[in-house]
Amino acid sequence: MTKRKAVALISGGLDSLLAARVIQNQGIHVEGINFYTGFCVEGHTHAIRKKDKAKPKRNNALWSAEQLSMKLHIIDISEEYKDIVINPKHGYGAHLNPCLDCKIFMVQKALDWANDNDFDFIITGEVIGQRPKSQRKETMPIIARESGAEDRLLRPLCAQNLPATLPEREGWINRDELFGFSGRNRKPQIELANKLGFEEFAQPAGGCCFLTDEAYSNKLADLWRYRGEKRYELDDIMLLKIGRHIRPAPNFKMIVSREEGENNFLEGYRKQFLHLRTVSHNGPLTLIDGEPNAEDIELAARIAARFSQGKQDTEVQVKATFPDGQSKILGVAPILPTEIPQGWYV
Amino acid sequence: MSTHQLNAQNLLCPMPVIKTQDKIATLASGDILEVSCTDPGVLSDIPAWCRINGHKLLHSEQSDRIIKLTIEVIHENDR
Ligand code: SF4
Repeated sequence: MTKRKAVALISGGLDSLLAARVIQNQGIHVEGINFYTGFCVEGHTHAIRKKDKAKPKRNNALWSAEQLSMKLHIIDISEEYKDIVINPKHGYGAHLNPCLDCKIFMVQKALDWANDNDFDFIITGEVIGQRPKSQRKETMPIIARESGAEDRLLRPLCAQNLPATLPEREGWINRDELFGFSGRNRKPQIELANKLGFEEFAQPAGGCCFLTDEAYSNKLADLWRYRGEKRYELDDIMLLKIGRHIRPAPNFKMIVSREEGENNFLEGYRKQFLHLRTVSHNGPLTLIDGEPNAEDIELAARIAARFSQGKQDTEVQVKATFPDGQSKILGVAPILPTEIPQGWYV
Repeated sequence: MSTHQLNAQNLLCPMPVIKTQDKIATLASGDILEVSCTDPGVLSDIPAWCRINGHKLLHSEQSDRIIKLTIEVIHENDR
């Protein structure tokens, strides 16, 4: 008998780890697939901020694959994913997270991969009722149908609450050994993890995607509003993860680094932007996005001076360098904190 | 058997891993790939990726901000 093959969507969280192991335990060859959208929290934040350097830097999807002794294919979908974020057919969740469209897209991509590589079905760690928007009883068939996966999509952790899928009907999988989890209670997953011998596992508290983060979504919404269109480049969404974002006027925004790690990261972008550096005192690197006029640049220099070690002094020298390489030095008085309205902080 | 270079500097994880994965897919068993990166996350991610996929990490070193990893490609059929 040919050994059946399944591709598992691996997020790095506990549920996808369990789903894959449950299917491996039924004698199926499982390989993992993990998608990079550009909004993944993993890697970026801890790589950039120096204060986070002490935290473990592991990539949870790779770690899961290692626990499962299975191959993992990491696929960059960040370009195609833009359309999902910009025009989600099923709308957004609490913030700018297009979870339902995202799930459909990822399953569709996994299906393409399965077809190209002769895999028989797809598995996910979804649980009915686990997430208010994308993991509901009504959304499960929508994902299966709109992705094109139909009954080749198996959710081992809640399969007993759903109609039998192809692998179950064909007898490749024993439905009785799958599960009927539902709701937000994590206890059944923890118990199953213990039973399957997983002692340490990833439980990302704030999710693994920046789009579910309110502050991040506000910055993305601000970018679209002032650009006058819903559009982004990968560099834009990277920069939204870094620094203080201050918009003193509709025509420009400042990105002020908060510490050395962010400074180093922003250095990589300085040639693309007008940027400010305090020269008389130590201070952060500031990028300016937009079209500021001379007065705006002076205001930005005063704000940048506020975040430098010269904030109490009467004058700070700030070097403004333009993308064409030209530069000028401005002597400015650091702005007072009371002169920065809270509404400028994006 | 030949040696190849991959520049993954200024890319944040998991992009250096993806670039390494995609480059190795084009190489033959026995080839050597030298990857240079700046994201310290690669020091855990690329070795993990090699272990999972059966390639051999020969060497890793960090100097200043640059991290270099040397990998021997070993495809499944050649193990
Ligand atoms: S949290 Fe992010 S990655 Fe996860 S389904 Fe929602 S949009 Fe997609």
